[in-house]
Amino acid sequence: MRNETTIILNNSQVADDIFRMTVKTKSIPQPGQFFMIKGLYGDYLLPRPISVHDYDDGKLVFLYRVNGHGTKMFSEMKQESAIQLLGPLGNGFDYESFQGKTAIIGGGIGVAPLLYLVKKLDSKNTDVFLGFKDEVYAVDDFIRTGATVKVATEDGRAGEKGYVTDLIDYSKYKTVITCGPEVMMKKIIKSCIEKKINVLASLEERMACGVGACLGCVTKTIHGNKRVCKDGPIFDGRDLII
Amino acid sequence: MANISVDFLGINFKNPIVAASGTFGFGEEYHEIYDVGLLGGISSKGLTLKEKQGNEGIRLWETPMGLMNSIGLQNPGVESFIAAEIPKMKKHKNIIIANLGGNTLEDYLEGIRLLNHSGVDIIELNISCPNVKAGGMAFGIKAEVAYEIVKKTKQASKKPLMVKLSPNAENMTDMALACEAAGADALSLINTLNAMAIDIYRRKPVFNNIYAGLSGPAIKPIALRMVHQAAKAVKIPICGIGGISSGKDAIEFMMAGATLVQIGTANFVKADIIPDIIEEIQIFLDKEGIRDIKEIIGII
Repeated sequence: MRNETTIILNNSQVADDIFRMTVKTKSIPQPGQFFMIKGLYGDYLLPRPISVHDYDDGKLVFLYRVNGHGTKMFSEMKQESAIQLLGPLGNGFDYESFQGKTAIIGGGIGVAPLLYLVKKLDSKNTDVFLGFKDEVYAVDDFIRTGATVKVATEDGRAGEKGYVTDLIDYSKYKTVITCGPEVMMKKIIKSCIEKKINVLASLEERMACGVGACLGCVTKTIHGNKRVCKDGPIFDGRDLII
Repeated sequence: MANISVDFLGINFKNPIVAASGTFGFGEEYHEIYDVGLLGGISSKGLTLKEKQGNEGIRLWETPMGLMNSIGLQNPGVESFIAAEIPKMKKHKNIIIANLGGNTLEDYLEGIRLLNHSGVDIIELNISCPNVKAGGMAFGIKAEVAYEIVKKTKQASKKPLMVKLSPNAENMTDMALACEAAGADALSLINTLNAMAIDIYRRKPVFNNIYAGLSGPAIKPIALRMVHQAAKAVKIPICGIGGISSGKDAIEFMMAGATLVQIGTANFVKADIIPDIIEEIQIFLDKEGIRDIKEIIGII
């Protein structure tokens, strides 16, 4: 883990409120980890936690949604701007321990931390399910990994019309990985527990320190409060109280 | 090179920079980023006699140049702190300040009895946490209430007692004088300001407890004024806290009368800001031709 000041190689809009930023880094992240990022200028105080979307040879990609003031400031940063990166942070996915066929289920901006994971997995053993409200993004990047990709949109403009959770035949999988809206993850975790399938969820929470010190981002688990930044962001679905 | 070490309650701090309670855990997490042995000292996460899980709901909310928090003193309890955390903190050779909160006088006294036999260097008595329902800040608003609790805790304590004051005190000068009269060895100030935010879309307060504590650069000028008031009133040493984010900020607090300063929210802005702050202080003194940092304490 390090705090480095680096530069933005590219920062461009890919859909409504969705941006893709590429930065240089000396760090080597694992899938599922995140960085606390902050421009050197701008009228906001705290870095924001953003997951690793992709990484290759010193180039780190973030896929982020403009959700508030901080991410709005990110979206306005130009190529060559300096940016502060603290990371890589969090536990990440222990993907080498995944067994059997794996379903990767992302909803909305929750697809962001899943691409780099899918790249690390055996594409023949991996099915990807991506759900969006209307406009889709990052889908082509998932298809390029060679994994089977299925898409659902609520308004039917791409893939199946409806919810991504309706596309999944859980009986085919040993492991399920999910990241997305809480209601979607809840439904998936419940289905997996009923069917005795391993399920891992990547959580999101407001953070201040990002390293486990401030206790601002805790989530309730059967083992007490756990820090999303340090004990997570990846949790065993069976441990979560959501 | 100018000397930046200071004496505080007979303890030598290699520099005046202390990590503020609640922003630095027990130091372990930040040690993964830089050697926390560089710090003058570490004030522990606010401890209570028994373990606490803290508050439900949103715990953090950013405001213009500030941060509101409502953690609710989530901590492992005094005994677990002594057994598990002190040995790790000792390894980094940090001066250890145990920040102790409580809901009742009995809680404080029992916590102090346990800490008396531990390796902590100073007890920071937290009578100013705004995020616990009973006690906490309630002890830190009226000078006569603070006097009683400081007097009794001081009698029980074998460690130097530093009382952490709330900016929500009715009158800072009276509060500082009352704590000094009750036997406090030192004062630290300020804790967070009681504050509020509303989620206009949900038509509800952001925090389950409605009010929360505001910290960060937004409160620095208020904190500086209060440190100055307290320093003018009392003879006991002061540890200044409140939005300090640079070496220059730290120097301001020392000129206003603080012997030590604590760095809190700034640790979140830049995880390795403390080494920067220590370096900035050194550079300032050397450039200004000041040979010893003690020369600037309380000059305003």
